[in-house]
Amino acid sequence: MGKGVAITGMGIISAIGNDVQENYSSLIESKKGISRISKINTVHRDALMVGEIDFTNKELEQFLGLDANHNYSRSALLGAFAAKQAISNANITNTNSYKTGLVSATTVGGMDKTEQYYYEYFENKEVQKYIEGHHAGDSTQKIAEQLGIHGSLVTTISTACSSAANAILFGARLLKAGKLDRVIVGGTDGLSKFTLNGFKTLMIQSDTYNTPFDENRKGLNLGEAAAFLVLESDDVVLNEGKDVLAYVKGWGNANDAFHQTASSDHGDGATLAMQKALKVAGLESNEIDYINAHGTATPNNDLSEGRAFLRVFRDKVPDFSSTKAYTGHTLAAAGGIEAVFSVLALQNNVIFPNLNFKNPMKEFHLKPQTELKKKKLHTVLSNSLGFGGNCSTLIFSKEA
Amino acid sequence: MKPVYINSVASISAQRTFDNSVFLDDIIAYTDNVIRVVDPNYKEFIPPAAARRMAKGIKMGVTASKIALQEAGLENVDAIITGTGLGCIADSEKFVSSIIDDNEEYLTPTSFIQSTHNTVAGQIALGIGCKGYNFTYVHSSISFESALLDAKLQLENEEAQNILVGGVDELADHHIKIHKLVNHIKVDVVNSKGLLESGTEGAVFGEGASFFMLSNEKRENTYAEVLDVTTYNSLSEQELPNTLRSFLQENNLEIADVDIVVMGNNGDVNYDKYYDTLSHELLKNTSQTYYKHLCGEFNTASSFGTWMAAKMIKTQHVPKAIKLRGVQPSEIRTVLLYNQYRGENHSLVLLRRC
Repeated sequence: MGKGVAITGMGIISAIGNDVQENYSSLIESKKGISRISKINTVHRDALMVGEIDFTNKELEQFLGLDANHNYSRSALLGAFAAKQAISNANITNTNSYKTGLVSATTVGGMDKTEQYYYEYFENKEVQKYIEGHHAGDSTQKIAEQLGIHGSLVTTISTACSSAANAILFGARLLKAGKLDRVIVGGTDGLSKFTLNGFKTLMIQSDTYNTPFDENRKGLNLGEAAAFLVLESDDVVLNEGKDVLAYVKGWGNANDAFHQTASSDHGDGATLAMQKALKVAGLESNEIDYINAHGTATPNNDLSEGRAFLRVFRDKVPDFSSTKAYTGHTLAAAGGIEAVFSVLALQNNVIFPNLNFKNPMKEFHLKPQTELKKKKLHTVLSNSLGFGGNCSTLIFSKEA
Repeated sequence: MKPVYINSVASISAQRTFDNSVFLDDIIAYTDNVIRVVDPNYKEFIPPAAARRMAKGIKMGVTASKIALQEAGLENVDAIITGTGLGCIADSEKFVSSIIDDNEEYLTPTSFIQSTHNTVAGQIALGIGCKGYNFTYVHSSISFESALLDAKLQLENEEAQNILVGGVDELADHHIKIHKLVNHIKVDVVNSKGLLESGTEGAVFGEGASFFMLSNEKRENTYAEVLDVTTYNSLSEQELPNTLRSFLQENNLEIADVDIVVMGNNGDVNYDKYYDTLSHELLKNTSQTYYKHLCGEFNTASSFGTWMAAKMIKTQHVPKAIKLRGVQPSEIRTVLLYNQYRGENHSLVLLRRC
């Protein structure tokens, strides 16, 4: 197949750091960002652990220079913060110098404000400004405005936990089709009572540190994050003499069509997604050097994903690890932050450890990489699997 | 690049549109500021036990998808792509209010699960066992157009042959109440016929689901070809005419080539000026139609507009109820759609007879 799509900038904010460098330092120093909840007033404070970002909304507002009348949700604040980093990392000063679009992803949108003011809307005119910010597209519109994108393609994808991976996938296809010269892609999700309680009803949240791919895994920790990549066409890269950080080489999306929230035991969807991505990349399975797994540490996901590894890679499963033990599961942002981690792995020739792993699962003998490993990397495969059977795979490469 | 065709249509709306054998012959007039869909007999499409648990949006989406599949004579598709502004928002509301009312206790997962934006697309896939590409776009008034664009790119590149594309949004109580607070819903009720002359701010809210079978293979029952889809996050009234001109130019068309324009006017005195600008100037000699007096305003209302445009091309007929200005052209060949919501998220779509 054809060449990869160039990545020329990245931005990220997560529980393990407020920029790319801080995230990288935490990853190689095995520094987890999982803690008790401090910013949300919930009765589950002592029963759950989460990956919370240090910055308060106030601090983010100040950074973005917003006035008191703004109606940004936390997802919008985090998204704008990370997207601005990505633009500056790509040395873009004028977003409209080329045909530039934005494809973002979110699941909670402005839910943090909705749950806060749900009844207060009827009594307090001052908070009514948040009504317009509830829908998922609102955070994306605000990010576009912050980046100065005007009169262009700006859209939002929400496919649960694979959302940002799908935003990257769609962005790559838009560039390939020549619809845009440059596209900023990624996702953002702030923590909310809505998701904390939602995942609690599904009984897949751990009350302690999550342990991906471990036999005794107890479930996931939710996290909040935002991450964006700048993708640019070959022409822009050439004309501007851009440094390319890595390439989006392959992509695939498939549906498990098994259950609304659970993955099939045999990982049909994940298997199909990985196979499609390999095909688009024009790579054989033995050409993948590292897998950044979805690995949420729920009993269901890790079993299903592990079985899919065995179906795609057979007895030659590459080194793999999940970074969810660092950041928690950041839902719509997960595919975005893990894309940043995949690029960092390629740039630094390093595989990040799968923290908290002790015992292999009884169903198979797959063992994630548990120590930091230096290794020459050419390709990294990243999975994102979500509700609605939504399975996505991205392949990142050093060479086009 | 392969051309892309609309091979079947299905619409559940505030009119009796689920029956493809008629085309807005009998209109239901409303005097209200919120209008709901005319329900088809969901039992004909969904087993009653399953339907009972389903959110309204899922029921509408699954049923519309089945009508579109049936009309196209297909049992499965290569991909399912939906657009929805708010997903199954009634379930979101149920879950949020339970969190608050019961102080985060005694919650059950059903409404949380259904509140996920991609539930409709996921349920359709589950229902027909479709393991293909499954996407959901959630960007206000261009949610449906994003889905349409995605499908078009895949079909042009022959990554797929048949793609089910749809737009779906449901009404919910809290959503209605808070949008009345900020006058996004008109304070006073209006009669459908007088919607555009209401002279007041806000819209009449609605709901619905319109689904289409898109293919790169032309069939006997093909409705139209999808020539182009473009969306704009922001545009000023001043920029709109030139934007439209260059959109047409990119398709080697001029204003005079457009036989009918389908416009998304919703009677909001603050934002209808975008349409008025086109209506009285650039498109003043073009036959003009509108539809939100029939289906109401919602994030994927433009999927109803697309349904209407496809039907007009196939039947070569402009129902009386949708005529806004101008005379019906002798042939309906090229139809342009323009929509925006509250001055943001504009879309231009071109359909052509084939």
